Amino acid sequence: MIEVQNLSKQFGAFNAVSDISFTVNKGEVLGFLGPNGAGKSTTMKMITGFLAPNSGTVKVCGSDVIKSPIAVKKSIGYLPEGAPAYGDMTVVNFLKFVAEIRGFSGAEKTKRIENAIQKANLEGVVHKTIETLSKGFKRRVGLAQSILHDPPVLVMDEPTDGLDPNQKHEVRLLIKEMAKNKAIIISTHILEEVDAICDRAIIIAQGKVKFDGTPEELESLSEYHNSVRLRLDGYPSLNAENLLKRLPGVKKVEHVNSKDERTTYRIYGGEKDLLKEVSRLAQKEQWVIDEIAVEKGHLDDVFRQLTTEQEAEG
Amino acid sequence: MSNILAIYKREINGYFATPVAYVFIVIFLMLTGVFTFYLGGLFERGQADLQPFFAYLPWLYLFLIPALSMRLWAEERKSGSIELLMTLPISVTQAVLGKFIASWLFVGLALLLTFPLWITVNYLGSPDNPVIFSGYLAAFLMAGAYLAIGSCISAITRNQVIAFVISVVISFLFILSGFPLVLDFFEGWAPQILIDAISSMSFLTHFNTIVKGVIDLRDIIYFVSFIGCWLLANVILVEMKKAD
Repeated sequence: MIEVQNLSKQFGAFNAVSDISFTVNKGEVLGFLGPNGAGKSTTMKMITGFLAPNSGTVKVCGSDVIKSPIAVKKSIGYLPEGAPAYGDMTVVNFLKFVAEIRGFSGAEKTKRIENAIQKANLEGVVHKTIETLSKGFKRRVGLAQSILHDPPVLVMDEPTDGLDPNQKHEVRLLIKEMAKNKAIIISTHILEEVDAICDRAIIIAQGKVKFDGTPEELESLSEYHNSVRLRLDGYPSLNAENLLKRLPGVKKVEHVNSKDERTTYRIYGGEKDLLKEVSRLAQKEQWVIDEIAVEKGHLDDVFRQLTTEQEAEG
Repeated sequence: MSNILAIYKREINGYFATPVAYVFIVIFLMLTGVFTFYLGGLFERGQADLQPFFAYLPWLYLFLIPALSMRLWAEERKSGSIELLMTLPISVTQAVLGKFIASWLFVGLALLLTFPLWITVNYLGSPDNPVIFSGYLAAFLMAGAYLAIGSCISAITRNQVIAFVISVVISFLFILSGFPLVLDFFEGWAPQILIDAISSMSFLTHFNTIVKGVIDLRDIIYFVSFIGCWLLANVILVEMKKAD
């Protein structure tokens, strides 16, 4: 539904986005990750037709954003960064305005507005002027505006920014619920969000795609991925480390720490059965296991690794 | 068309949702009163017409209309709502027209509310009402010209004060372009045809002809094409500067 090909944008001499390509299909939620200033918002602005790219093409539902911008804008619901709105309008008047521009009238218009208000939980503030609302409510007004016409494509720039944990949860549920028959792109710098709602993640930094895959694949890039963390009661002999090292497939054993009468090891290896092997060994050696777990990998580390590579090289 | 209407409705409601509309109308009516009765000496002249009212109108517009037009685009850019507006399924032309028509009709309303002046002269004497009508038509057309300049200038900056000052200066040049102040600058080096062209661009010349009761098609075309050109520039500028 969204096809982005070799998209590039320069601001003067600065390459904001260089040569980005990806596609998003129906039923897919794409998480757009990257540090501030990486080009996330710029890419989204080009997809929604607000910014013209220097080169490359964007197609949304088969229409080219340069050649038929109106058709593209009709099929997209867009929540811009910071959820701008007309501050002097009341929530309901603002939604009426958007509904009219989207071509709804009469009973259909009323129904759409009510539906959007209900989905974004705005019932309590419909007659308040937008500028008097809190950040969270403003964000939800932007959300209501973007889903009002039930678009096949949703583009949301940091939809949960400024929301409290409960509201974040609600917005995520809403996005998940809508995901079945839409193509959705959300940008975020909250990594847990990727895990929570995205089917796919793209990490961009310095305007380039650094990673494109599922959140699980992203986790597997972590050096901790599939490593086993083992915490034992007491202080076993130094030999324990050697025994662990000798297990099949083990690459490295790290003695994390010994404190509070407990000793923690981290065992690295590629094998899936590592957990079994470790627990079998523990049984044999009669170690008292306090905790044993397979690590999924730290997204934070992967993120830092992928987005700072370039700077380290330069 | 329905898009222009939607933008128009939003804008006009925006005027009345904030004190802008009330402040503008009250100040406009007060100042027209002051100009007409004190400076223009409507009673002392002993003539039943509205010439004093129309004579001061270009100068009143000079400051009041840029104050109204400065927010048209500068505010959209400052608040970021332009990103929302320009990603809705409308063309820039529709947005420019919707906003312009809203502001133009709003000034039209302010002009209509000066009707007590008209009642006054009709009560005191028997004025030539077609001439007064012609004067109002000129006043409305000229308001459109001022607004078109203001709307266009408002698109080049996100700062409303800058938009106001530049609009005032440009409007001032167009008022005076038939006068030595502007013409002397070109005299001596520019070809006569350019000087004639500049002097024919003056608001005042065209305005005064219609105010006198002569509705000449050329003056109407002047104002309409003037508005058209500035709005075209406005569309191009919004397109260029929207994301800056």
